[in-house]
Amino acid sequence: MTNDLLEIRWHGRGGQGAKTASLLLADAAFNTGKYIQGFPEYGPERMGAPITAYNRISNNPIRIHSNIYEPDYVVVVDDTLLESVDVTAGLKETGAIVINTTKSDEYLKKVLKGYKGRIYTIDAKKVSIEALGKYFPNTPMLAAIVKVANIMDEKEFLEDMKGSFKHKFAKKPEVIDGNMKALELALNSIKKIDN
Amino acid sequence: MSIRERLSGNEASAIAMKQINPDVVAAFPITPSTEIPQYFSTFVSNGSVDTEFVAVESEHSAMSACIGAEAAGARAMTATSSNGLALMWEMIHIAASSRLPIVMPLVNRTISGPINIHNDHSDAMGIRDSGWIQLFSENNQEAYDNLIMAHRIAENKDVMLPLAVCQDGFITSHAIENIELLEDDKVKEFVGTYNPEHYLLDANNPMAVGPLDLQPFFFEHKHQEAVAMNNAKRVILEVAKEFEKLTGRKYGFFEEYKMNDAELVIVCMNSTAGTTKDVVDKLREQNIKAGLLKIRVYRPFPAEEIAKALSNAKAIAVLDKATGLNACGAPLFTDITSAMFVNKTFVPTVNYVYGLGGRDTTSKQIEKVYSDLAQIAKTGIVDNPYRNFGLRGDE
Repeated sequence: MTNDLLEIRWHGRGGQGAKTASLLLADAAFNTGKYIQGFPEYGPERMGAPITAYNRISNNPIRIHSNIYEPDYVVVVDDTLLESVDVTAGLKETGAIVINTTKSDEYLKKVLKGYKGRIYTIDAKKVSIEALGKYFPNTPMLAAIVKVANIMDEKEFLEDMKGSFKHKFAKKPEVIDGNMKALELALNSIKKIDN
Repeated sequence: MSIRERLSGNEASAIAMKQINPDVVAAFPITPSTEIPQYFSTFVSNGSVDTEFVAVESEHSAMSACIGAEAAGARAMTATSSNGLALMWEMIHIAASSRLPIVMPLVNRTISGPINIHNDHSDAMGIRDSGWIQLFSENNQEAYDNLIMAHRIAENKDVMLPLAVCQDGFITSHAIENIELLEDDKVKEFVGTYNPEHYLLDANNPMAVGPLDLQPFFFEHKHQEAVAMNNAKRVILEVAKEFEKLTGRKYGFFEEYKMNDAELVIVCMNSTAGTTKDVVDKLREQNIKAGLLKIRVYRPFPAEEIAKALSNAKAIAVLDKATGLNACGAPLFTDITSAMFVNKTFVPTVNYVYGLGGRDTTSKQIEKVYSDLAQIAKTGIVDNPYRNFGLRGDE
């Protein structure tokens, strides 16, 4: 059995859609023929409380059923978590962290406690407001992790998400174009920090 | 050809129920099983099933409605968790003793208190001697497959007992994973129609349901119920064989993972078995003879078969996701050790209580259990059979 397991941990706040994003990522990877897991860590869920969600992606059936302690990638949907949650805990240095933020490189390097892997940022608020007129960070963050973790071809991803959105927003078709635009803008708005 | 899908354990259970298309579903929502009746009610409203959906006011009423429907001759289902099952408790026994083959997904959540919405098996353990057949499921696929097999087992005329399909709350009920579904027509053909021998609406053969049953015959009726539970063992294997022909997926009383030459053996149920399989593979690469016995059929308890499967081990750990609160071992441990003693299988065996109230179960914890077993196998000494892992202060 080849050890090709890719593990991703999401940090967000209740109501921002980190759970939905992890499920959409599972969907997208599933559609490329992979075995997937997408699951949130349920706590006392309420708007604004820190939440964690997880993805596993593999070419082989996934049997493990525990939370992820040594992720390959971490996605931070809300940068106000950076000082209260140890977002790089266990994060592999061969992997990367993707943060929705406009904070300075110096600040980020400080709060990430010398994390030696790759650090990417994206201004998901700007992307979302430009594309949707509202602040929904999960769609841009989904695009960002797909690109950073090289989960699938960008074109294939956009094609696939179009199908997912049609299904997800069957009762609100007017938001499909905006969400597609958010994905496209996000794919081109990711910045790498030199560290 | 099966259908490749990705579904949560709750979605998979609801889809199995849609394909079964029972006559009656009566349910009351409780986390983490709520989604099952929720999704199912959508199937009712969009006409993909012709089930009578009864939105009752409590779980006691849900089970009562299922009892009424089954007694009338209908096929009835419900779903619940935790304290929902506790509230059903009175009717749980009446369903079984009235020999009504109700089928119920039981999404395992701890029983209050303290109040907690997360997974352990203390709800299922509360009905272990109630006359319900209990099947446990490692993942969404097994939850689905067990439900498809459930009516064939429960409704067999030599069984006629209710059946619960267990899976781990949140851990599998709310995790999206790959699954292979069967086509609707194949499920319909496999499950078949329910033609009860005796039912209330049979005007030509009037009968009473639930009458007073005192000293002259109560004992005999209880004995018949016990015989039916014994009969279920044969029927479970027969149905599994037919299911394998249909799907290629093999089911028995338990799954033996790398047990052929296993010396260090873990016995557990539900999702922990998947995590344990990965650990077994890792240890096998280091030439450690680790194995796993995953219990699928918990009631009826296949005592003789389990004892035989464990007879060549050098040390055994029974993992219980429920605490006994009895000073002598948790439920699965006492069942396993009793089975071993009666069948003269004498292997050092220890009990680990773990994962209570949703405490996460990690590969590292399972590795530690195997390393404890290696020590026991080497010395033959069990200094304390009643252990925990994942408990603060124990690490």
